[in-house]
Amino acid sequence: MTAVTAEEATQGAADGAAADAARAEAFDAAVAADDRIEPRDWMPDAYRASLVRQMAQHAHSEIIGMQPEANWISRAPSLRRKAILMAKVQDEAGHGLYLYSAAETLGTSREELLDKLHAGRQRYSSIFNYPTLTWADVGAIGWLVDGAAITNQVPLCRCSYGPYARAMVRICKEESFHQRQGYELLLALSRGTPAQHEMAQDAVNRWWWPSLMMFGPPDDASAHSAQSMAWKIKRHSNDELRRRFVDICVPQAEALGLTLPDPDIRWNEELGQHDYGAIDWTEFQEVLKGNGPCNEERLAQRRRAHEEGAWVRDAAAAYADRHAERPGTSGAAAEPVEATA
Amino acid sequence: MSAALALGDDALVLSHRLGEWAGHAPVLEEEVALANIALDLLGQARMLLSSVGDEDELAFLREERSFRNVQLVEQPNGDFAHTIARQLYFSVYQHLLYEQLAAGTGEFADLATKAVKEVAYHRDHAERWVLRLGDGTAESHERMQNGLDALWRFTGELFRPVEGLDVDGESLHGSWSSAVTSVVERATLRLPSGPQSSAWSAGAGRQGLHTEPFGRMLAEMQHLHRSHPGASW
Repeated sequence: MTAVTAEEATQGAADGAAADAARAEAFDAAVAADDRIEPRDWMPDAYRASLVRQMAQHAHSEIIGMQPEANWISRAPSLRRKAILMAKVQDEAGHGLYLYSAAETLGTSREELLDKLHAGRQRYSSIFNYPTLTWADVGAIGWLVDGAAITNQVPLCRCSYGPYARAMVRICKEESFHQRQGYELLLALSRGTPAQHEMAQDAVNRWWWPSLMMFGPPDDASAHSAQSMAWKIKRHSNDELRRRFVDICVPQAEALGLTLPDPDIRWNEELGQHDYGAIDWTEFQEVLKGNGPCNEERLAQRRRAHEEGAWVRDAAAAYADRHAERPGTSGAAAEPVEATA
Repeated sequence: MSAALALGDDALVLSHRLGEWAGHAPVLEEEVALANIALDLLGQARMLLSSVGDEDELAFLREERSFRNVQLVEQPNGDFAHTIARQLYFSVYQHLLYEQLAAGTGEFADLATKAVKEVAYHRDHAERWVLRLGDGTAESHERMQNGLDALWRFTGELFRPVEGLDVDGESLHGSWSSAVTSVVERATLRLPSGPQSSAWSAGAGRQGLHTEPFGRMLAEMQHLHRSHPGASW
């Protein structure tokens, strides 16, 4: 520690303030010019915090989102469907990995984020607090939930933060694959036996409204929207994206031979878009607060998997310490390193 | 008995068990790895079953007594060490078997040539985990040893002759034993010493005789398909 005189401190603070202003200007200019902000670039603390919040929530949604679908792996009704579903759930684990890694570039470890998720201090998408009751729910999740996610996420491929934008390019490619698979699953059911058709319609009835809620609260009630738009983390408003999603789904539902459970959906000539009925925001708020049908179960399973896996992670760490095992090296054959003081 | 059914059922059943880990793995990387292995095995199962009939009829409409998989692969997952012990025993066997089949000119040569690359990865994955768990902490050491011990009595069946499969069971057993012994010793664990098979003279999985948990596994796996006779999915 060095002693700093009051004068020096004042001068230092002034220099610091000037430098901060210059850096903030450079940051604003980069965002305005649609340049990418990279991990080593200066960024406002609030920008960093906002990104960590959003990326963590997204990563958590991927790994919690594995649960409702994994629920059907063991019961998938054909081997082809089983392979597709397993691959999809695996993709979600992979997306979780990309996103936690992207968040690490902001100086926040995966461990820290998982702890916050398990403590209930960070959120995941509320849609996964609904149960998958029938096989058709797997299709409805693919078509509607992944469809809504893509509508939300495609603009994130142009997000101002480089690592997040690049992760999203890859994720969106895989998500659109999932969306098509879900649609195709529902199509097979809709054109199948009367019981299968009914199963598909029932799933769409239950998943439609929660999918619309995935875009978040209406614009006038959205807490984070305005600042995120200014930073180009977000590029379209919640309501704008929601309406875009409805426009995409209406003709697809028709092609599927299924009905969207909203008698108020109709074409608005003036807007060139569809109008839709009122969303029950009370349910949204309640599910968000923890009163959804599966909030308890989802978090409990996540905590349990983590706690039951603690001894495995401890063992891997102890082994790695002892054998200097690093990613990319052959653990078994790794040369012992000399102990250093 | 068709050898395709024996190999196909091994892959199908183990794939199903590994699929049960989805959402429960100890670390995110293992969610990816276990699903990857399960998918490889499911791909093998589909090729093998399709070569002797309709894959879905074979998977979803056969009764328990008609399945020809070894009992080892149907054993419940247990803890992660138990699953890894099952992976070690089976993937070393499958790797050695497919190497032999790939080198030959029999009906499984093409499939084995493709699958042997996948299985080499499964074996590597299992061996590395046996080393980490065996030589990790006291707790992981104990759990890994328990897993090896508990599943040992299902390993003898792997080397019994299978009709239509031109493989020297005795030499396969020899190679398997030295490979497994080497990993187990490097992991500071001990090779179980009990019998490798039960005393039941009627046979085991290859004869359609399974263990009690298998019926429940099939009940879950087949229920939806059977509930909608004739439907396509």
